[in-house]
Amino acid sequence: MTTTYNYRQIISKAIADEMRADDDVILFGEDVAAAGGAFKTTPGLFEEFGPNRIRDTPISEQAIVGAALGAAMTGLRPVAEVMFADFAGVAFDQIANQVAKYRYMTNGQVRVPLVIRMANGAGSGFGAQHSQSAENWFLNIPGLKIVTPGTVADVYGLLRASIRDDNPVLFFEHKNLFAIKGEVARVESEIVPLGQAAVVREGVDITVVASQLMRHRAMEAAEALAAEGISLEVIDPRTIVPFDDATVLESLRRTSRLMVVQEGPRDGSWGSSLVSRIVTENFETLDAPPVVLSSENTPVPYASNLEDLWLTSVAEIVDAARLQVRY
Amino acid sequence: MPPANHLAPRTLTEGAPPDAADLLRRMWEIRHFENEVMSLFSQNLVRGSTHLCQGQEAVSVGVCWDLRHSDQMTCTYRGHGAVLAKGAPLDGSFGEILGRKIGLCGGKGGSMHLTDVSVGALGSNAIVGAHLPIAVGAALSSQVQGRDDVSVAILGDGATNIGAFHESLNMAAIWKLPVVFVIENNQYGEYSPLASTTPINDLVRRADSYGMPGVLVDGNDVVAVRSVMKDAVAHARAGLGPTLIEASTYRQVGHSRSDPATYRPEGELEKWLARDPLTQLGSAMVASGAATDEHLVEIENSAKADVLAALDRALTSPIPDDGLRFKDVFV
Repeated sequence: MTTTYNYRQIISKAIADEMRADDDVILFGEDVAAAGGAFKTTPGLFEEFGPNRIRDTPISEQAIVGAALGAAMTGLRPVAEVMFADFAGVAFDQIANQVAKYRYMTNGQVRVPLVIRMANGAGSGFGAQHSQSAENWFLNIPGLKIVTPGTVADVYGLLRASIRDDNPVLFFEHKNLFAIKGEVARVESEIVPLGQAAVVREGVDITVVASQLMRHRAMEAAEALAAEGISLEVIDPRTIVPFDDATVLESLRRTSRLMVVQEGPRDGSWGSSLVSRIVTENFETLDAPPVVLSSENTPVPYASNLEDLWLTSVAEIVDAARLQVRY
Repeated sequence: MPPANHLAPRTLTEGAPPDAADLLRRMWEIRHFENEVMSLFSQNLVRGSTHLCQGQEAVSVGVCWDLRHSDQMTCTYRGHGAVLAKGAPLDGSFGEILGRKIGLCGGKGGSMHLTDVSVGALGSNAIVGAHLPIAVGAALSSQVQGRDDVSVAILGDGATNIGAFHESLNMAAIWKLPVVFVIENNQYGEYSPLASTTPINDLVRRADSYGMPGVLVDGNDVVAVRSVMKDAVAHARAGLGPTLIEASTYRQVGHSRSDPATYRPEGELEKWLARDPLTQLGSAMVASGAATDEHLVEIENSAKADVLAALDRALTSPIPDDGLRFKDVFV
């Protein structure tokens, strides 16, 4: 039986379902317990699981991430919340030098089964230090899995899979998607394995790879373009590391045109990396230059009109697709 | 504010303990291990850098002596002594520093990352202060799972000025976690004397800011270190929370291999050499009739022989297989 949830609500449902299944799962972060989360993503968990397993922390991102690492190596499966993804900057050493490398440096003596949940993305007027899509910061650090769900069902399935994973997972929840709705049955079969992209709209002209907010804009663009006979195949990678190149390649063999739509500046991004891999390893699949639609190469501006311009719009996707099919 | 059950620590002035010979032997193992590493460096057999702990053996041994393997210990990149004191094997430790197959981490870690999870040596860390939150997390596991294991973070005086130190002490205190923080105050943060970087002399006073017990101890007296550690561990096992210990000691060598330590004031090294922790323990043993000078020589020679045999095993161990570099990025 499926029930309708929004993206915000399903986060606590996924955590609760894993906590019921495994006593070693715990949750901690700033205001996650008594207040139910700064974004109200964790209400009810403190009441059900109590103060031993659901803990409010001081405003101490290094200690939050480091404690999650220490706990993960000694028997727990911690879920740590770093409220805004931008605050990962405060804990960068713990994520980049400690969490990512511990298993490798010790030659596999430890497992690091932890999840760091972070609120990601622009579009809500939070300004430059609370609006970034921080997943790209971590692309260059081997040892971290990176998950970017764009739908209610994917939040549920990927969060449960992330908690079960024996590796560190950075789990990005997009602030601008908290209100979207979707149906979830909340059963084991809805768990989504990490590293599997989803073809969310079939098409024949262009393979569009887009995640989180941009996935939804790509879907709108696809709908608009269908009326004029341009057919987009939309793929949501869902997991940035490991990235499911195979699904993209399979699609490209039919469309022979690649477009990436992503939030955040282009350089050092997952979209640029994908294009680099496709061009260098599978150039023969392409009949046109790949298109990479990214945000402007500036910090995220605050004013509504400026932030709207910073993010790639549906109209920009439509225009780029019209040009690309004519190449 | 001392721990709840804290009395004045036992010290060497009260005589050597019954197991003094074992303590002394372990300290000699560490001393000779470090001397051999220094020599391997001069032969270009060790890569990168290394950070030695001659003079600080009483802290490593005093802190780790009474811990269980299920108690977790994290330490700094000057951590060879702590990891050996926790029970890591000599040959695996040499092997790691030499980048050999026999190494504790198969040769993937190096001098600054000696780790032996099987004995609770959860990791040496190359980032100052980064191991404190990790020790806090290990203590959190123990508390959540209802175990009475403790965790210990051994840090340098320099680490008391980094954010992770303050975040860790605060979090450990509010959650009453079973963790003991040990400042191994060797008087220098890299090349800088403590007074030039830190506005207070007694680092242990920082315990007050986090509402936890703080104890200052002579870090060159292994009996005293062991005694305050015993109290702090009992405090932690009883669920009463963390303790901050400051063990005052001295780094008899430079910060790293490239540092001749010319910045020391004249006479300082000599003053501390006169208080060498191994000599002090040996003298106390002789004074209390627990050993003769000949016994002391035997203890040192036997420790040295073990160290040299372990070094031989490490030197004859093969280098890691090429394919090892791709292993264990992920499970």
